[in-house]
Amino acid sequence: MLKTFSKGGVHPAEQKLSAGKAIEKLGLPKQVTIPIAQHIGAPSQPTVKKKDTVKAGDVIATSQGFVSSNIHSSVSGTVAKIDQVIDTTGFRKPCVVINVEGDEWAEGIDTRQELVRDVTLSPEEIRQKVMDSGIVGMGGATFPSHVKLSVPEGKKVYTLVINGVECEPYLTSDHRVMMERGEEMIVGVRILMRALGVERALIGVENNKPDAIAHLSNLVASEGGIEVYGLKVKYPQGGEKQLIKAMLSREVPSGGLPLDVGAVVHNVGTALAVYEAVQKNKPLIERVVTVTGQSLSHPTNLLARIGTPVKDLIEAAGGLPEDTGKVVSGGPMMGKALKSLDTPIVKGTSGILVIPQQKAKRAPEMHCIRCSKCVTACPMGLEPYLLKQLTQTERYDELEENALLDCMECGSCSYTCPAHVPLLDYIRLGKSHVNQIIRKRKDK
Amino acid sequence: MTTTVLYTIISLSILGAIMAVILYVVAQKFKVYEDPRIDQVEDALPGANCGGCGYPGCRGFAEAMVKADDISEFNCPVGGNDTMKEVARILGKEIEEKEPKVAVVRCSGSFQNRPRTTEYDGPGSCAIEASLYGGETGCHYGCLGKGDCVEACDFEAIFMNEETGLPYVVDENCTACNACVTACPNDIIELRERKKKDRKIYVSCVNQDKGALARKVCQVACIGCNKCVKVCPFDAITLENNLAYIDPVKCKLCRKCVDECPTNAIVEVGFPPRRKKKEKTEKESAGAQDQTKKQ
Repeated sequence: MLKTFSKGGVHPAEQKLSAGKAIEKLGLPKQVTIPIAQHIGAPSQPTVKKKDTVKAGDVIATSQGFVSSNIHSSVSGTVAKIDQVIDTTGFRKPCVVINVEGDEWAEGIDTRQELVRDVTLSPEEIRQKVMDSGIVGMGGATFPSHVKLSVPEGKKVYTLVINGVECEPYLTSDHRVMMERGEEMIVGVRILMRALGVERALIGVENNKPDAIAHLSNLVASEGGIEVYGLKVKYPQGGEKQLIKAMLSREVPSGGLPLDVGAVVHNVGTALAVYEAVQKNKPLIERVVTVTGQSLSHPTNLLARIGTPVKDLIEAAGGLPEDTGKVVSGGPMMGKALKSLDTPIVKGTSGILVIPQQKAKRAPEMHCIRCSKCVTACPMGLEPYLLKQLTQTERYDELEENALLDCMECGSCSYTCPAHVPLLDYIRLGKSHVNQIIRKRKDK
Repeated sequence: MTTTVLYTIISLSILGAIMAVILYVVAQKFKVYEDPRIDQVEDALPGANCGGCGYPGCRGFAEAMVKADDISEFNCPVGGNDTMKEVARILGKEIEEKEPKVAVVRCSGSFQNRPRTTEYDGPGSCAIEASLYGGETGCHYGCLGKGDCVEACDFEAIFMNEETGLPYVVDENCTACNACVTACPNDIIELRERKKKDRKIYVSCVNQDKGALARKVCQVACIGCNKCVKVCPFDAITLENNLAYIDPVKCKLCRKCVDECPTNAIVEVGFPPRRKKKEKTEKESAGAQDQTKKQ
């Protein structure tokens, strides 16, 4: 019997169209647009001006505060402008626009292919390196990774959980990273273990990727401390609280962090980025992006520089089909529709999903019949129908009592609702109001 | 037979008398003293319970006013000056007269002026659309057109215009209760002083982007060109974040800025049609200047 999390969850059609496609390197675009806010936390401060020349790997924006991240230039060239551009969030954000000229890399970056196994740095140095290299959670949440590596006093980490679940339908970027960059990734896991001072790391992979499970098991067979787990396919197993429940049978308390149960979760993509930063001195300037969709002629996995326009990626996957209704950044469950194809990809873009016209529209909303399917589906044990009602009637204190802020916006409720009630949209609205109220209370 | 009736009447009368005594004692014991002025003030208020004053209903407002030492900060937007004078008389306190206000929608981004670049098919609520992305058009500041303001209005004073996709205010019904102002997630609606004959001049745009970008996404956007600031004889116009703002108190309705605005972002409402453009404006402004001299 395979492990999984106990509460809620759904199982949408997996649609891993690009699972067998090897990672292709995408050519350099003519121009990249790099948003200075690509992570959770304070936006970075640009350090370059118009007409400055930069090399790939140069810092172009420095982090502001602890929960923030450096931003590096992903190409070599000249800064064209610093302007407000619509990014993947759908709002205009300040971005550094760079005209690409050649492909020169900053000094000190090891661009050779050889695997460097020996980890020589101390935990403190590793943390600093991760911070300097601007590494954030690559699963999509983009939480700065060095924060997760700094264990506050009084807490102890026992287990490092590596998330290779990739529970979102369609997406295959983590799958391909595990298959093709497995060895490097395992070294990355070793580095993370060293930084946290833990003896045990568990890699969780859903069993719809048997090749990845077999490959990784092979790789870790010779060395101790790392185990690979096959997990039952269920969405949203990639949520860190769900993954901990599935693998360690521990429940993170409401409002708490994985640290409270002695665990830290990192994504396989993050492990690879950490390997490159620590062993190769390479900051986070490119990532694997799945470009997929049933109407696309060549769904594929691309290694693209941060800041590449989405249309370049779609072009590489066979071009935009004529009947396209929506292009989503991320997976179909948690992803966000893009406003323009000129939107650049960012550190958290794990996939680009093209949806044809006839499937792009939401079904018309009908009345809630209190069937409680959403309650059954919620992996956090919340009552989505109630949260929606309370949001509509503006009863924010009751929303807080009903653990609204535990919602991680996985969308299982909206997905499962037979009346097509847009539950998550209302819950998200409620969350923003409650967060405002809490912030005001704290300011007092 | 008669005895049964007699006993019943006697026993029930005794029971009633005992109950009355108990009730009287209890009522005296647990008596809550309430200032009779609260009831008087509440009677004087309109009883709309709209919440425009910032208190939970008219009674909450009345209680707060009776408790307060100084009521000059309080205002019932629905009742206006007459109601507040009556309240001040009951409480024996002073009150300043306030200019009546009216809601103004500061966006002219109709379907024609501001083309849609994307299509939103989520729940029909401006608040949700604003939380998801910048809206269907290129302008991230303007009206989203889902009618949260219409829903918030208790007085049938704001409606959607199907042709333009924008809300419009029925000035006669508007009580300036502030409900639509708080409902709008983009802060488009503003309460401005009512001028004579409900005439008004205002910048019908809230776009803070640079001029070129603002103009690209909407034909009638304020581009922050500063022309109106220069032409205004009363220093009523200020420019901040690429956006002009006309102070409704300082504005004397001279209409010079309306003529000057290159994008027609400044709107005039309620004026008679101009016959000869130049003459009229000169007259108007001269009249307005006279007014200031008198003051």
